[in-house]
Amino acid sequence: MNWTWFHRFGSAPYMYGFAQRWTPWFGSAALLLMLIALYGGLVLAPPDYQQKDAFRIVYVHAPSATLSLLIYTTMAVTAAVGLIWRMKVAHAAAAACAPIGAWFTVATLITGSLWGKPMWGTYWAWDPRLTSELVLLFLYFGYMGLRAAIEDPQKADKASAVLAIVGIVNVPIIKYSVNWWNSLHQPATRLLGKADMDWSMVWPLLTMFLAFMLFFGAVLLIRLRAELLRRERGASWVREVLS
Amino acid sequence: MKTGALAAARLVAARDLSLAFRKPSQLLQPLMFFMIVATLFPLTLTPELSRLRDAAPGVLWIGALLSSLLALEFLFRDDAVDGTLEQFALSGQSLTWMLFAKTCTHWLLTGLPLALSAPLAALALGVPVAALGAMIAALALGSFGLSLVGAICAGLTLGARRGGVLLSLLTLPLSVPILVFGSDATRLAIVGADIAGPMYMLSAIAVLGVTLAPLAAAAAVRIGLE
Amino acid sequence: MLSVSGLHLWRGDRHVLRNVSFEAIPGRCVLLTGRNGAGKTTLLRAIAGLLEPEEGQVSWRGTSTRQTRNEFHAELAYLGHEPPLKGDLTARENLAYSIGIRRPVTGAEVDAALARTGAAKFADRAVRLLSAGQRRRVALAGVLLANAVLWLLDEPATNLDAEGQHLVADLVAEQLARAGVVVAAVHHSLPLAAESLTELTLDVA
Repeated sequence: MNWTWFHRFGSAPYMYGFAQRWTPWFGSAALLLMLIALYGGLVLAPPDYQQKDAFRIVYVHAPSATLSLLIYTTMAVTAAVGLIWRMKVAHAAAAACAPIGAWFTVATLITGSLWGKPMWGTYWAWDPRLTSELVLLFLYFGYMGLRAAIEDPQKADKASAVLAIVGIVNVPIIKYSVNWWNSLHQPATRLLGKADMDWSMVWPLLTMFLAFMLFFGAVLLIRLRAELLRRERGASWVREVLS
Repeated sequence: MKTGALAAARLVAARDLSLAFRKPSQLLQPLMFFMIVATLFPLTLTPELSRLRDAAPGVLWIGALLSSLLALEFLFRDDAVDGTLEQFALSGQSLTWMLFAKTCTHWLLTGLPLALSAPLAALALGVPVAALGAMIAALALGSFGLSLVGAICAGLTLGARRGGVLLSLLTLPLSVPILVFGSDATRLAIVGADIAGPMYMLSAIAVLGVTLAPLAAAAAVRIGLE
Repeated sequence: MLSVSGLHLWRGDRHVLRNVSFEAIPGRCVLLTGRNGAGKTTLLRAIAGLLEPEEGQVSWRGTSTRQTRNEFHAELAYLGHEPPLKGDLTARENLAYSIGIRRPVTGAEVDAALARTGAAKFADRAVRLLSAGQRRRVALAGVLLANAVLWLLDEPATNLDAEGQHLVADLVAEQLARAGVVVAAVHHSLPLAAESLTELTLDVA
């Protein structure tokens, strides 16, 4: 199989150009799908018989949660690619992912907290999903902290890559242990079960997932361009691009 | 003619043990820390033993975790500073295996003594005598897992500034499963129930740790040596 | 026997090693000279395999060292700036452990090596009580004991008096006579026969 397409991604100027071309497409597709999903979720979908309109926060909460995990996985995979194939661009992509993932985790926690108020009357509950998200946030902080603490940029790339890989192996174990812990002490306080949802509620959710993923793609490409410019600031292609 | 892997591991362990016993105060400090932390909880919560008993699993395990975070400082630090770690990487022996030997020795010097001396704190927190055996077993197994996970993070923070706080920040989230299952085992032991379930989970984590953690730690150390 | 070709290495933004190449046959000593910061230590560490170069390769006995890392290391003795000794152990104990991890070594061999480098007198004192020069002599004994074919020495004569500098030169000469290879970063040239010397000067980036 011809792998040149893969190795082309290893070239910083190529990736820069690729990111520049594709960002508007990702961004506009994301915006469009978000508007459709919001209309479907906030206007078209009927209120939940139990939670009335409060359930609608799921349209931001659930995709944020999925994205926070998806981004960590993306971060770990690109970091592993950078480590194994020694691709600087892959390391740049991993570095670009981290803050985005952390923000999605924060969004999950905030929306979960806001949802908790009408649900349980309290702004925080040790529900398994929120608890796992909190631990995930600490994993993100650890990753970003390690990157910041190591002076040499190549060492920082490689060390944080190992951490990301160790983290992604641990995430399923952490989730399992948090679920175990939660089941010991109270019945599952899941915010919303999958079985409760009728198709008219589900399709805006799926659309929102897609919109968030495209949004992530757009933001990642923008951050990646900035990372590449910063890392390769001495190179001639950067001078050409900036002139 | 090269030294065999087992003989090399034995030498690594022997060296660490003989160094540790030349500075025994360094061994006692994490234990003292654990005792002090265990004392602080009644001081800040309540002197009633019946209520302390409910909090005991948490107190013991958090104390054990914090104590092992302190002890992790001296897993690789001295060797990194004087160049011994570099010699491991250049010895022709598997670095993974050498680091595994070091981690096991470290646990023998820190985690195991902690588990064996925990009854003192446990009794002071109202834990019934019948539960002590199970508690020691859980702490021993859990602290072994903590040493393995901690070795990875210790390797990663070798090249970092202010590594101590960062080491804790990295290790704490990764130690959540061990904390959950370990404290659950302790809680079950206190009420006299069967601890097999969480102990199996702790064992599974330990096995996973033994297979994967030294590899990750070796990768981290090599990166740190660059 | 040792072949370095087209080595490029960056540390951060600095292009430290720029297309470094050389060959060393048995009985040859390669002297690395250059100002501080020119990359002598970096080059030694890259040859040892502690640093990965971005481009180029290091070959030992014809095969890339990246592929046969453990076998290469078994034939290599590396002495960096700081002697790798544990302060709380004696010189004898230090060498018994650090060499023992590589190859089985007897007490008699350790004694002989310490005697050769003039460290026998203080072999039973804790290393933290020794001066820098004494520690260096113990470290040199360790290099001898390793029975290595390739020696990578980073400023081996640091902290040594005039007699110590001669000792280093003698040890290198004996290693070359055993058909070994030595790559040494030095500030002053070693008094060795010119046919067995190659000088490689590195410039600051």
